This record gives sequence, C-alpha cells and structure tokens, in this order.
Amino acid sequence: MAFALELKDIHKTFNKGTINEKVALDGVNLKLNEGDFVTIIGGNGAGKSTMLNAIAGVWPIDQGAIIIGDKDVTSLPEHKRAKFLGRVFQDPMTGTAATMSIDENMAIAARRGKSRTLKWGVTKAEKERYKKKLQTLDLGLEDRLTTKMGLLSGGQRQAVTLLMASLQKPELLLLDEHTAALDPKTAAKVLALSDKIIEENNLTALMVTHNMKDAIAHGNRLIMMHEGKIIYDVRGEEKKNLKVSDLLSKFEEVSGGEFSNDRMILS
Amino acid sequence: MVLLAFSLSPLSLLRAMPGACAQGLIWGIMALGVYITFRLLDFADLTVDGSLATGGAVAVMLIRAGVNPVIALVAAFASGMAAGFITGMLHTALGIPGILSSILTQISLYSINLNIMGKSNQAINVDQYRLVVSLRYISGDAASKFKFYGGVILGCIILIMILYCYFGTEQGSAIRATGCNKSMAKAQGINTNFHTVLALMLSNGLVGLCGGLYAQYQGAADVNMGRGAIVIGLAAVIIGEVLFGKISAGKRFTFAYNMAAVILGAVIYYVVIAFVLWLKMPSDDMKLFSAIVVAIFLSIPYLKGKYGKKGAAA
Repeated sequence: MAFALELKDIHKTFNKGTINEKVALDGVNLKLNEGDFVTIIGGNGAGKSTMLNAIAGVWPIDQGAIIIGDKDVTSLPEHKRAKFLGRVFQDPMTGTAATMSIDENMAIAARRGKSRTLKWGVTKAEKERYKKKLQTLDLGLEDRLTTKMGLLSGGQRQAVTLLMASLQKPELLLLDEHTAALDPKTAAKVLALSDKIIEENNLTALMVTHNMKDAIAHGNRLIMMHEGKIIYDVRGEEKKNLKVSDLLSKFEEVSGGEFSNDRMILS
Repeated sequence: MVLLAFSLSPLSLLRAMPGACAQGLIWGIMALGVYITFRLLDFADLTVDGSLATGGAVAVMLIRAGVNPVIALVAAFASGMAAGFITGMLHTALGIPGILSSILTQISLYSINLNIMGKSNQAINVDQYRLVVSLRYISGDAASKFKFYGGVILGCIILIMILYCYFGTEQGSAIRATGCNKSMAKAQGINTNFHTVLALMLSNGLVGLCGGLYAQYQGAADVNMGRGAIVIGLAAVIIGEVLFGKISAGKRFTFAYNMAAVILGAVIYYVVIAFVLWLKMPSDDMKLFSAIVVAIFLSIPYLKGKYGKKGAAA
C-alpha cells in the first residue's frame, strides 16, 4: 500500500561550495500513513522548516525522492505540488493576500490545483459556503466577507489560512510553526482549530513546533530532528506517555553540550 | 511679474484645454496599463516607453498600407502584448530582474520601431484616412467635438468595465494574488510566472493601444513618442490616488473607481502641463518638471510614515 507521504533519502545543501555552505537536510527518510498527524521538534537549524519546504517544492532538492500518495512529485514545481498540499506558514502575512478580501482569498484557495479560467473569481453560491465555514471559526468573520485580509489580526489570518487549506481537501497539511508568531492565548486557539480541522477532514499533517508540550499534546506521532536528520520517531501509546523531560534528555543525548544553548527555546 | 501677468491671456489657456483633455484621456489608457503593472503586479515595468511607440508605429504603418484604422488599433494592442511577453519571458524564464528585463525590451524596441517605420517618423493625413481620433476633430464644429469626446470617454468607460470584469475572474484574481503575495499564490497552486507574463502582456497591450490612438490623434508616429511615458503613467496613477483615493475607498466597485481615477489623473496631468506651459515655462523643462512632481508624490507616503505622526494617524 502506498504511504500518504514518503521521503526517500533527501539531501539539501545551501550555498554549496561557498564559505556559507550549510547542509540543511542530510538524508531524511520518512513514511507517513494516511491520517497521521506528526509533530516535528528540534533546535534551531535542525532542518524542520527546510523539510517542509522541500516537500512543498520551494526549491529543488539535491538528491532523493518525494512521493505523495502514489505520485512522485520530486521534479514538480511548487505551484503544481500545491494541488496535494495545504500550507500554513509561521508569518501570518505569508499565507494570505493582504490587499484582497477574505472571500477572494478563500476563492483562490478553493481553486488550488485547478487552472484559472475566465469564470467569475467568487460566485454567489461560494460566498454562502464561505460564510458558513467562517461561522465555525467563531471570530465574527462571517459578516466581514469583503474585508481586506490585511486588516485582520495575525491570529485571525492564521485561522482563515487554516480554513483555506482545508477548503479543498489536501493530501497533506504542512503547518510550519504556524502559532509561533502569535500571543499564547491566540496560539492555543489556533492550535485547537488545527486539531479540529485535521480531525474533521481526516487529514494527514506535519506540524513543526518549538513547543515540546504542544508537540506531545497534539498528533499521534512525534519526530525530532537534529542537523538535518530525523533522530527520534515515536508514535501511539509511547508518544502519549512522553514527558518534556524525556524529550530534553533525548535531545541532550544526541546533541551533547551544544544543547544547553537551546534549552531555553525548547522548554 | 506684473508685466508677465499682462502678457498671459486667459483665452489662450482656455484654448489649450480641449487638447489637454483629449491628450489626457488618450494617455489615460496607457496609465491604466501602468496601473496594472505598478499597483496590481508590483512590477516597475519600463517597457512602456518602447511599447507605446511600437503601438504607434504599427498602427501608422498599417493605416498607410490601407488597413482600417480600427483594425490598426487591434494590431497596436497586439504589438504591445508582444513587447510585454518579451519582458515577461526575460524576467520569468531567464531570471533577469524585472526592471532590467523591461529596460532591455525598451532599448531593443527602439531599433524594432525604427525597422517598422523605416525611418524615425511616419505621418498619416486625416483627410486621407478615416482615423478613429484626430486633433482635427476637436478643432472642428460642436458636433464633431461632441462625437470626439463622447467617443473617447465612452471608450474609456468600456475599457474600465472590461478590466473590472477581467480582474474579477479566476485568472484576474490569480494575477492580483501574484502581485500581492507570491508565496501565497504559489502555495495555492497559482503559476506566478505565467500570470506575471500575462499581466505584462495585458498592460503593454493597453500601452500599445494608447500608442496607436495617440499616433492617429497627432497624425504621426515618432520613434521618440514614448520617451518618458512611464513617468506620465506613474504621475497619472499617483495623481488619481491622491485626489480620488479617499472617495472610492471601501465602496462597491472600488476597483472601477480606482481605474477611472487613473484616467482622470492623466487628464489632470495634461491640464496642469498646459497651465504650466501657459505660464511660459520653457517646454524643454517639462520632463524635469514631471519627474520632480512624480518624485514628490511617490515619496509622500514614505515621508509621512517616517516623520509625520499626524499624517500617519490621519
């Protein structure tokens, strides 16, 4: 049976051959089953976001293969891979078009992976559908369909971006520290919304986070990255019973002394 | 000063107005093209200086060859699109920075325009051809004036309606998303390269159309007719935004109002130019004057944000 996502020995080095050379991904292998919700943790520069960008096709990888479902997408450009992917970014500004209205943003997302024709960009029927979808957010946005996206708060924008990612069911949802730029209260709300959307639509998801507690509390599987490799992979009961201290000691074990610098950020 | 004031005749200013308005309306079409690249696509496209003359050259040569002036305008539009296509491909397929791509196209168009015309300018006589617009029509009787302005204004309104509808389609939305946020556009499966080229083609198509119209209006195409066009386009866009931006903001059809404001901006630009010329400012200094005005208006938002707390709050 095909996996929802399969990464085969992925390598990526930035600025090859220069003084700034940085091995970002150093042989990443990963297989996700359908419905897996995987949280990804690791120190700064461990390759977490890089892995998500490799899957999304932001740049070509040096070596390896990326297979989503039964399709090898390794050579596809970013906009063609978008068909299979829902994405939410760390910066709330990145996921939406600020100068366009909420319904226009949603309409663009609803057409992810389809060719853009000369039909109306937003139909009346769609507006009703988006209204109902926005109601589920409970942010009062259902009455502000024509408000420009740029006027919303960061949390509101992330919530709408999440909704947009699920308008067309993606084969894989990529959440790249999507709560890191929000205040703790809003972050918790957006996380709860992520859980809800993933569960309701039965999505397969990868979520990068800096917060170990969140990484343990959410999803059914957890992986830890270090220096461009996956160094720890737990799932099911074992993951449920994890404690932050377990992760810390695991991290110390692989990274030695250097970890003490990261402790503040991770805990 | 007193002597100067006496030497200025209000009548001569009045006489300059019909021409200024006509020029403004025609150049407003080019300004719409600049609006598409500069505001919607966020791309500083200098192709226009070349593609305007290309549109003019193509239209004039076709009319001289006996082609219907209306069809010549369609060809002018198409030639502008071709110019935009080249700039777009230089940028997207070959990775040359946008502004540089457009400069390369603009420079090469100078030679191409000379080749189209065979020399640096070519004239068409309004008595010989049934031109769509001409200087002659506004100096004629009231009926011909009415026909001219009515026709040009109606044309502008139809153009705005078409553009309004187009940018409301899936494709138009994709262009706007590309201009607003490339990361978002790509993440939503929009081919940003394709839509950048498309927008550049549409924009330069309008510029070419303007060139074709303007060549008919003045009865000649000149290889230098587009020089500084980008500055006029930017001036029109900015004047429109500054004077009418607040009126149209937040309403239904805001986008249509914005485009109408751009065309009005071009008209105002030419009225101001006519006024300044009437004040006996040497016409050689006009380009310097325009550039200074554009520089001032472009810098206002930045300076407001940096120094003016009052301005930022307003």
